[in-house]
Amino acid sequence: MAATSSHSVDLSQAMNVDPTPLADWLVVMPVVWCLLAGAILLMLRKRTELQASIGIVALVGLCLLDAALLWRVLEEGPFTMVMGRWLPPFGIAFTVDLLGAFFTMTSGLVALAAGIFGRDDVDSTGRRYGFYPFLLLLMAGVSGAFLTGDVFNLYVWFEVLLISSFGLLVLGSEREQIDGATKYAFLNLVGTTLFLVATGYLYGLFGTLNMADILIKAPELRQTAPLMTLVCLYLLAFAMKAAAFPVNFWLPASYHTPKLVVSGLFGGLLTKIGIYALLRVLVMLFPIERAELGWVIAVLAAGTMLLGVLGALAQNDTRRAVGFLVISGIGMMLAGIALGSPSGLAGAILYAAHSMVVMTAIYFAAGIGGRVSGSFLLSRSGGIYPSHLVLAFATLALFLSMAGLPPFSGLWPKVMLVKAALDVGEWWLAGAILVTGFLTTITVGRIWALAYWKPRAADAEPLDPASQKVPMTSVIGLGMLTVLTVVFGLWPEPLIAISQDAARGLIDTSSFVLSVFPGEVPQ
Amino acid sequence: MRTVIFRTVAPYLTSLMVLFSIFVLLRGHNEPGGGFIGGLIAASAFAIYGIACGVAPVRRAIYFHPMAISAFGLFMSSIAGMISLPLSVPFMTGNWMQLSFFGVDIDLSSVLIFDIGVYFVVVGAITSIALALEERDRD
Repeated sequence: MAATSSHSVDLSQAMNVDPTPLADWLVVMPVVWCLLAGAILLMLRKRTELQASIGIVALVGLCLLDAALLWRVLEEGPFTMVMGRWLPPFGIAFTVDLLGAFFTMTSGLVALAAGIFGRDDVDSTGRRYGFYPFLLLLMAGVSGAFLTGDVFNLYVWFEVLLISSFGLLVLGSEREQIDGATKYAFLNLVGTTLFLVATGYLYGLFGTLNMADILIKAPELRQTAPLMTLVCLYLLAFAMKAAAFPVNFWLPASYHTPKLVVSGLFGGLLTKIGIYALLRVLVMLFPIERAELGWVIAVLAAGTMLLGVLGALAQNDTRRAVGFLVISGIGMMLAGIALGSPSGLAGAILYAAHSMVVMTAIYFAAGIGGRVSGSFLLSRSGGIYPSHLVLAFATLALFLSMAGLPPFSGLWPKVMLVKAALDVGEWWLAGAILVTGFLTTITVGRIWALAYWKPRAADAEPLDPASQKVPMTSVIGLGMLTVLTVVFGLWPEPLIAISQDAARGLIDTSSFVLSVFPGEVPQ
Repeated sequence: MRTVIFRTVAPYLTSLMVLFSIFVLLRGHNEPGGGFIGGLIAASAFAIYGIACGVAPVRRAIYFHPMAISAFGLFMSSIAGMISLPLSVPFMTGNWMQLSFFGVDIDLSSVLIFDIGVYFVVVGAITSIALALEERDRD
């Protein structure tokens, strides 16, 4: 109620009475910006000619906000804004640390590439169904998940991005899309329900959902509370989101059905949210329980990476093969989480950022390749190399980056992960990473040789000349991401430094806690 | 469902329910009610009108596409949070303003704008689903 009652109230007991500096708004702006832009786009849904321009401008704005946020976090460390002036832990806190800012920035760039790529890839029917509004609302969910400092709020942003992803998945309402979407929706809802159950349990144990508050209370509660059960529930829920073995089957069943730009976004971003949540909850909030579960996660990691790449090797459809490669990459990140050492976590973080960019780009490349050669089936396509030299080489670069060969960005996180595994004597995990890298090279080599290099069969039906021309926006979208992977393959130092700092921030949480509770003595 | 009685009563019922939904919306700050429940009441009003008189009259009556109404609500709620920006308080802070209107003091707040936004989101989303289901009914 308004503070006009007859007796005076000391607001500073419950509320933050200091004026909020403008720079603190950076932590909520990516989310609010996406919500506003998404709402405007949804209101103008029928004006399909305006959708792409507004959407792309909004995404450029999002990237600028993300860049400012990352810059501020690099300069000043983690900072917090608590909604509605309430003091934490009662108000919902948005806390950004380097991990969140780095992932937000990367996801912003990927979304921008998708927005540009989608301009010509998504026809006006797709736009009427709301490609750009869903894209912006998806980004609101993704940014919110990366920036929030509250476990239940993390769940809410999961829901936001999940609902938007359902919309994107059925864009066009084709039969096989509905089929894929049903599996995707059902299994994701199971995962989300587990997440909710675990969060209810967490609240029952701690009486708080604020991450910093949990960090403060955990050492005391660890004596009595069954935290291990809780952590196992979270592990299962997030592993399901991340499509880790053995709960990975929903991904290959659904990711090949939507438009390629949507598959790219999903393959790039959505599974990484699961990895992010694992990093945030398991590694940061419950490090001791995670260490106990280390061997379980390691086995899951090795299973995920090997199963993913073997699945990819067996596919005849490029899109399905790429879907399995996404799973294989998740295994790599899980390996870093299993190790739990600063170098292992840094490797996982860098691999996640690399994978966001490269997986999206590979889906884009596969989409253009499929259109140019008339088929996504390896047995029927071919002959892209002579007519589309640049496309073929860009795809090869992305494939090699995926396999972790120099001089592309995939090399460095793998080196970090292998080194981290060898440092603690986990020879078999390092071996699994190397074997997976080798198998990935074979897989992508097979796809490239069959779909791009092999001459077209003489008896194949003639190609439609209209589909031979690649739209400029597709070139820009794909080119942007390819340039990123090449540049950061050749000049990885800043990203390695950021991931190492981000990993340190997950292990030494004092600056995270201090940003929420300035008076708290770090433990 | 197109009986004469129902068709005759439905417009009155609908207008009463919409009026009641606005009442519930406005009393919501201190008493039971608010944007969400008000929105549900309004959406059921449109659903009743749709069942009685068909979907096309409802679409004509609300003029805007339900999804656009929903988007407008989302926009309004986000803007309500942004009012805090020039006032140097964190996002989503309840900011109050008093207006004197013919000698009656009225408290206006950003919370109210947020709640009206929620009302539109719920009206738009639920009406959109309800109308789509009612349209399918006759195929």
